[in-house]
Amino acid sequence: MQTVFSIGVDALAYGMVLFVISIGLSVTMGLMRVVNLAHGAFAMIGGYIASYAARDLGLGYAVAVMLAVVGTILIAIPVERLLYRRIYGQPELTQVLMTIGITFCIIGIANYVFGPTLKTIPTPEALREPVSLGFRTVSAHRLFVIGCGLAVALGLWYFIERTAFGVKLRASVDNAAMAAALGVKTQVVYAVSFAVAVGLAAFGGVVGAELLPIEPYYALRYMVTFLVVVSVGGAGSIPGALAACLLLGGIDTTGRYLMPEFGEFFFYLAVIAIVWLFPRGLAGRAK
Amino acid sequence: MALLANSDTISTAGDRRARLTRDAIGVLVILVLAAVGYFLFPNNLALLTRIIAIALLVLSLDLVTGYCGVATLGHAALFGAGAYGAGIAAAHFGITDPIAMLAVGIVAGALAGLVSGVVVLRAHGLPQLVLSIAIVHLAHEAANKASGWTGGSDGLAGIMPDAVFGLWQFDLWGRTAYVFGIVLLLVAFVILRQIVRSPFGMLCRGIKQDPVRVRAMGASVHGTLIKMYAISGAVAGAGGALNAISTQVVGLDSLSFTMSAEALVMLVLGGTGSLYGALIGTISFLWFEDVVSAANPFHWLTIVGALLIAVVLFAPKGLYGSFAAYLERRGRKGR
Amino acid sequence: MSAIFDVRNLKKMFGGLAVTNDVSLSMAPGDRVALIGPNGAGKTTFVNLVTGNILPNSGTVTLGGEDVTRLGPTERVRRGLVRSFQVTRLFSEMTPEEHVALAILQREGRSGKMFASHRAMPDVMNEAQALLAKLGIAQLAHHRVSEIAYGQQRLLELALALALKPKVLLLDEPAAGVPQSDTARIEQAIADLPSDLAVLMIEHDMDLVFRFARRVIVLAAGEIIFDGSPDAVTKDARVRQAYLGSYADARSVA
Repeated sequence: MQTVFSIGVDALAYGMVLFVISIGLSVTMGLMRVVNLAHGAFAMIGGYIASYAARDLGLGYAVAVMLAVVGTILIAIPVERLLYRRIYGQPELTQVLMTIGITFCIIGIANYVFGPTLKTIPTPEALREPVSLGFRTVSAHRLFVIGCGLAVALGLWYFIERTAFGVKLRASVDNAAMAAALGVKTQVVYAVSFAVAVGLAAFGGVVGAELLPIEPYYALRYMVTFLVVVSVGGAGSIPGALAACLLLGGIDTTGRYLMPEFGEFFFYLAVIAIVWLFPRGLAGRAK
Repeated sequence: MALLANSDTISTAGDRRARLTRDAIGVLVILVLAAVGYFLFPNNLALLTRIIAIALLVLSLDLVTGYCGVATLGHAALFGAGAYGAGIAAAHFGITDPIAMLAVGIVAGALAGLVSGVVVLRAHGLPQLVLSIAIVHLAHEAANKASGWTGGSDGLAGIMPDAVFGLWQFDLWGRTAYVFGIVLLLVAFVILRQIVRSPFGMLCRGIKQDPVRVRAMGASVHGTLIKMYAISGAVAGAGGALNAISTQVVGLDSLSFTMSAEALVMLVLGGTGSLYGALIGTISFLWFEDVVSAANPFHWLTIVGALLIAVVLFAPKGLYGSFAAYLERRGRKGR
Repeated sequence: MSAIFDVRNLKKMFGGLAVTNDVSLSMAPGDRVALIGPNGAGKTTFVNLVTGNILPNSGTVTLGGEDVTRLGPTERVRRGLVRSFQVTRLFSEMTPEEHVALAILQREGRSGKMFASHRAMPDVMNEAQALLAKLGIAQLAHHRVSEIAYGQQRLLELALALALKPKVLLLDEPAAGVPQSDTARIEQAIADLPSDLAVLMIEHDMDLVFRFARRVIVLAAGEIIFDGSPDAVTKDARVRQAYLGSYADARSVA
């Protein structure tokens, strides 16, 4: 029973981390129709910045998180301007190549700057203590991660459904040409969404660092995980992404607990099975 | 009318001769390069043989990506299937005749191609890409877990191929393996040139350009692609088997995502959809890797990434494609 | 003459809406039928139902006496139901000769051959040349499709359809998007279609309809409201209502 409970909490926390990191990818893919394999690399950059700020500079956790988000966005802006702009509307293969190229570069640079070792992000005292729920104790960090995931989901929902920008965003996702004709500055919508997506990735990379450890191959190791969330959940769909994250988090965590010797075997098997059953995503929207 | 028909048959025969000549030149160039490599780098034949094995993988990738337009990041699974197929046949079943090992590798590759084709072609776009990545990861994890058969992360050792036709023993310098590889590459190349030019190859190119039109002609898109995937698997499997035979060991890296991605990089670097591009891309990439990683192994990934970005931005047709386009432009001006 | 192509009580619902409602039509070899209707009448859905891209909720499609209602698009093509597209769909990197040769090989079940070249098959090459010559584009046989004019691409579409030797040919606005100067050649090509072929043309251009069709079918709001001679169609009250009514609606909206 204890195991089931632990698996449940870990799965929920893991799913939430996946959600925070991937939701930006999902929205930008729905919006710009770009197959972006480098998204995980931005989460990794966030993790590195936070680790550097908290461990080497001795700054507080909250400050480190802020720095990571802002810093990653600042790094991403020129990348978007110089490289991503060139592949909007290009064939899928071109997008794959460009974004894999970006991923490889970021991995190589991270390896050069920070070395191949694992980087930790010291968390504040309060997050390290176990929290009693009355009948069970849980790691405060897990609860914090779950809370972050819920906050992001709610915040995004509000942002997309209830704000003027959200209206423009949804219009652009549905039909960019039409939105542009109606006076929506799609370039601005793209730029803001890209920045938000990258910022969320960095945020997820930092708060999830205990579950997805920061090291140079992070961007490759979890590439398929983030992509599968989008393709299973359906690009641009928040509920779809949330469902996909919880499902995949559950499968991966259960596999690790019960059959660690199989590594990620069951995870990839599940990925294939899910995409096989829902080739157009859980939400069922084509492309 | 008679005159017209006459001139037509002449032009058809002429066309055919021109194309055969071009293929003959291709074969000749490969032979010359092979001889040059043999005499210039007698101590580096192992690297040259590895280039040949990878070239088969990249050729095989060109079949599905370049000719059929299916983007995949999991093609190493087919190469690895061939390598492990040949390796396991030798190490566990005593099938040590190199031709038989090659045959096992080809069959294993074709089967892996068939399976991944069925899986990958289930979806389109991003989900398709995800499936292809998941396949190579799954194969990797499976090979890692089944260490009794595959040697796991230590690699599969104990592969001792016999002499080729009982005459040519595999030597320490890798001369036999090199010649074996060159012959294999030539045979594969000639067969593939034939296939891509055949009605079947034309159908594949059609699918890449407009699958709806292909269906409207009454042809099966899915069936054709699956067939091509199996052929592609056979070629990649041959490459894997060659690698197993020449290095006498099979490692998990032959089933890796990185290998799949690098194969794609090599293909795009050389240029898709011509087979020549696949060869040129493989040679340039692996030669470059050898030079650069000897200088600084840590920067290798950065350089590959930068190379990819540069190709996408500045030479989207690849080395061979850009060269061919240049020739075509000049030829037209000349006319 | 017996029907080569027969549609019975075809019905297709999207949600609660019947986009094709109880449509029946029958064609004999040699028929020249035009299908017209105002925008939104359900012509596209009808084409998709007939070609097998979508399945009907009820009703049957029969081709040469065989029920093909549940067969997919490629199966129908193989049984002789061939269509052209409203916007050309061609292989931009291939030549007209390759297009037609591929269609001929596909028709003969030889498109899967791996160790042969169509250029080494005199029968295929001669047929392809003859077909391209018949449509007046033989001189372009070796150019890439991306390099030839749109009007000529439309002629190639026709050549492709003919290469499949159809029993029933569905022409979806064959002259759409073609400059005025080239329409005459396309019209001529349509007039020259084999006399035993049943042709169903979906068309907006009424001049073309009157020159081509010996029978006109009018589709409005998913139903056939007229099926008769071209002379009678303009005098039919329901047809006038459907066209002028929607025209008036369109004006009041604008």
